[in-house]
Amino acid sequence: MHPLRHYFGLHRKNAVEAFGELLQKPVATALTITVIGIALALPAALNLLVKNGQGIADSFEGVRDFSVYMKPGVDIDVAEKLAGKLKAKGTIASVRLISADDALAELQEVSGFESALGALNTNPLPHTLVVSPTEMATTFQLQDLGRELQNQPGVDQVRIDTEWVERLNAILDLLNRSVSIAGLMLIAAVIIIIGNTIRLDIQSRRDEIEVLKLLGASDGFVRRPFLYEGIWYGLLGGGFGMLIIILSAGILAEPLETLTGLYQSNFALQGFDPATIGAMLGGGVLAGWGGAWTAVSRHISAIQPT
Amino acid sequence: MIRFDHMTKRYEGGRDALRDISFEIPKGELVFLTGQSGAGKSTLLKLLALIERPTRGQVIVGGRNIGRLPPSQIPRYRRQIGLVFQDNKLLQDRSAFDNVALPLVIAGMHPREIGKRVRAALDQVGLLKKEKSPPRTLSLGEQQRVGIARAVVSRPGLLIADEPTGNLDPELSLDIMRLFKRFNDIGVTMVIATHDLNLLDQLGGKRLVLKDGEIADHNLPGGVS
Repeated sequence: MHPLRHYFGLHRKNAVEAFGELLQKPVATALTITVIGIALALPAALNLLVKNGQGIADSFEGVRDFSVYMKPGVDIDVAEKLAGKLKAKGTIASVRLISADDALAELQEVSGFESALGALNTNPLPHTLVVSPTEMATTFQLQDLGRELQNQPGVDQVRIDTEWVERLNAILDLLNRSVSIAGLMLIAAVIIIIGNTIRLDIQSRRDEIEVLKLLGASDGFVRRPFLYEGIWYGLLGGGFGMLIIILSAGILAEPLETLTGLYQSNFALQGFDPATIGAMLGGGVLAGWGGAWTAVSRHISAIQPT
Repeated sequence: MIRFDHMTKRYEGGRDALRDISFEIPKGELVFLTGQSGAGKSTLLKLLALIERPTRGQVIVGGRNIGRLPPSQIPRYRRQIGLVFQDNKLLQDRSAFDNVALPLVIAGMHPREIGKRVRAALDQVGLLKKEKSPPRTLSLGEQQRVGIARAVVSRPGLLIADEPTGNLDPELSLDIMRLFKRFNDIGVTMVIATHDLNLLDQLGGKRLVLKDGEIADHNLPGGVS
């Protein structure tokens, strides 16, 4: 047999035996895997959250519309006149007038407040102009225009619609960095958990390790099954973490759709992409291996037959 | 095969377990190491198995000064010797077959070759039919025979046994010693520590008697100074 194939055969044997070792103590293994799974699921879930938020923000990319709210009770003619004036400007591509009646009808349709709104005697909503600037219009021009409109008679408020997108982006940036920090801390926690689990395992198999060493086993030989055990913990923990996220996403999908529907976004919930799956399983395996390594590097060479 | 040259082993705390020991064991010899407990028998065997290192002097095995062997070389050295223990040190969670296979697995031998060698070794100790049994289901004598099969399976040139019959009744002890004799007959050098003097008279072999860390008596062919 080819030496390389023999070498891989030995490793496969180690891997299988290490898995069997985990099955020997199913309860302890399940607990360890659960803890690792949760620790890995948290940063991954936060990451997905941020990515989805980014998706929402991105779906508004390039939208620079702003709304001009007329004072309540201002006649529709005033609003129409203002709309005409705005249309004439070079920086404005289009102006859409939403009358108070239309606005009320729309609100009733989408928000589910029918009964509450129906209880009102008068329409509390003002006429609104939705102004879309041209591509050419600079931010400064729009800010000037906003100030100018603010001073027009009958105008109550000018609101740049995309302000909230900017705020969201700022929040997402903050979250993104927090996720990185949380991720690093939780990976460190996983390494420590696995390291400690493997350390206890080494202690409980001390007699066996002594016998192996008496029979001429090198530290490397004794180490290998424990390293595979660590890898299994990480891999199974990563898989369990993924399960947690898939279930959570399933629970969150419907309300999230309703929410994004309210913002008239064509946003769709992003589930697992290959990068996230790879990061979770790969991160799990690396943390498992690393954790096992911290344990074996210190404790295996310390065990010597007496 | 084995030479101790003015070797002293002092444990921490200042007690000399062995003092200025010199002797030589030729290849293929069967040597019984005797003496009361505390005389230094176990220490001598531990030096041969590189569980302990000499404080002064030399321990030479197969032409090499093993006292100076770097720690990284110890596993390789141990694979070249066979060890038998009083309490057999079998792994209880594995079958007799897997226990005997351990030295070969450690040496990285191919599974097919391992199977052949293990069955041959179990056959030699008369336990081929019990290869699947876990050690605890075997009698003490049988367990010790599994331990011997494990020690000889990698065909070492040197076999070291520490009180291998210490836990056995006289009849079983004689069986075990005869087994050792058979391996000695095919050329394996053996050092067996025992306090069972009755057995020795029936077996022949050479003697090395220790008393208080020194050689009290011997009938080794020269070489003792």
